[in-house]
Amino acid sequence: MSIKVITPGLSTSVQDLGRPGYYHLGIPLSGGMDRYALRVSNLLVGNDEGAAVLEAAFMGPELLFNKDAIVAVTGAGMLPKVDGEAKSTWASFVIKAGQTLSFDFLTSGARAYIAVSGGIDVPIILGSRSTYTLGALGGFEGRGLAAQDELPINECDISKHTEKSIDESLRNLPQKPGELRFIPGIYWHRITEKSQATFINDTWKVAPEADRIGYRFKGGEALDFVDREQAFGAGSDPSNIVDSCYPYGSIQVPSGSEPIVLHRDAVSGGGYFMVGVVISADMDLIGQLQPNKPSTFVPVTMEEALIARRERKEKLSKVRDFLS
Amino acid sequence: MAIKEFMSPVPGIFYTQPSPDEPVYKQVGDVVSEGDSLCLVEVMKSFHTIVSDTSGTFKGYLVENEDEVSPGQVLLEIEISE
Repeated sequence: MSIKVITPGLSTSVQDLGRPGYYHLGIPLSGGMDRYALRVSNLLVGNDEGAAVLEAAFMGPELLFNKDAIVAVTGAGMLPKVDGEAKSTWASFVIKAGQTLSFDFLTSGARAYIAVSGGIDVPIILGSRSTYTLGALGGFEGRGLAAQDELPINECDISKHTEKSIDESLRNLPQKPGELRFIPGIYWHRITEKSQATFINDTWKVAPEADRIGYRFKGGEALDFVDREQAFGAGSDPSNIVDSCYPYGSIQVPSGSEPIVLHRDAVSGGGYFMVGVVISADMDLIGQLQPNKPSTFVPVTMEEALIARRERKEKLSKVRDFLS
Repeated sequence: MAIKEFMSPVPGIFYTQPSPDEPVYKQVGDVVSEGDSLCLVEVMKSFHTIVSDTSGTFKGYLVENEDEVSPGQVLLEIEISE
């Protein structure tokens, strides 16, 4: 079976849970930016949690199905429609051969996850079906979807499927304003105490250029650096360091002006200092922040970060129990 | 005469000109044909062009050049020709 892309939306790509294990070679994790929503979309249609789905940023695609299938849309508030008839998000529904799936305007969040029973059957590259657009690797021909693409879907028996939905309390969307918890990192001492305070107290806003590589924020006060003689090998700007690894979630602030949180398609190293790292439990939320969304950075300890991670795992087990 | 509103499909920054040194796409009273470009919305380092799917007369932009816009926000109006 296959799905024909009539219109691709703004930026829609095939993603699964990602491609870990190659970051040290410069190949990023990739995979869905909101992996919680991605997992739930798969569970709703009876797939393995890590099956390949479509991630649609800000705008939904128009897709023509050539065979009956079960579909679920999670993540952003982007109402799915089957031949114009409205369906619900965070719920599974049947789509018949010859019918078209389309979407309403985005009302909340930023990225919708569209799971199809059977999963999207693009080749597995380095252990994953995820698209890394910048490296033209994986996914559908290493790129985002385009009109007229024919997406292969794994065959799957849907005769026993019942339509399912999950409770509002088990959906995961950013609070207002977006609060991103982070652990101050090994370069935190490079900025002055005053700048440490403004970084935390200021409300930042998501910049329109935020994407899968990094989420840029602006609007807070520029950071001042503690004076030092630049180390050998570091660039001349006070935000430069001797080249180092960039963790997934790390917050770099080039020239001290606009923080960038590295996300799923990030580069793995470079010469900008990092104020800290966003905790893993909040990385999914970043993928759901719209441009212009007010956001703050909240410092936490490692212990608090591990509790938050455990809470996220428990929430996911509740979804598994609820849907099994 | 019916007025058609054009909404932004995406969040981002709104532009009334194709580039800073080119004229605005449309001025009030201009004739609009189906397929004409009307404005841009910039998001994720790419520019999304809003194209007219109708013919008529341009009634004006409702958002200032370079303002922030949200999905579903009305950007401009066109009076549809009969």
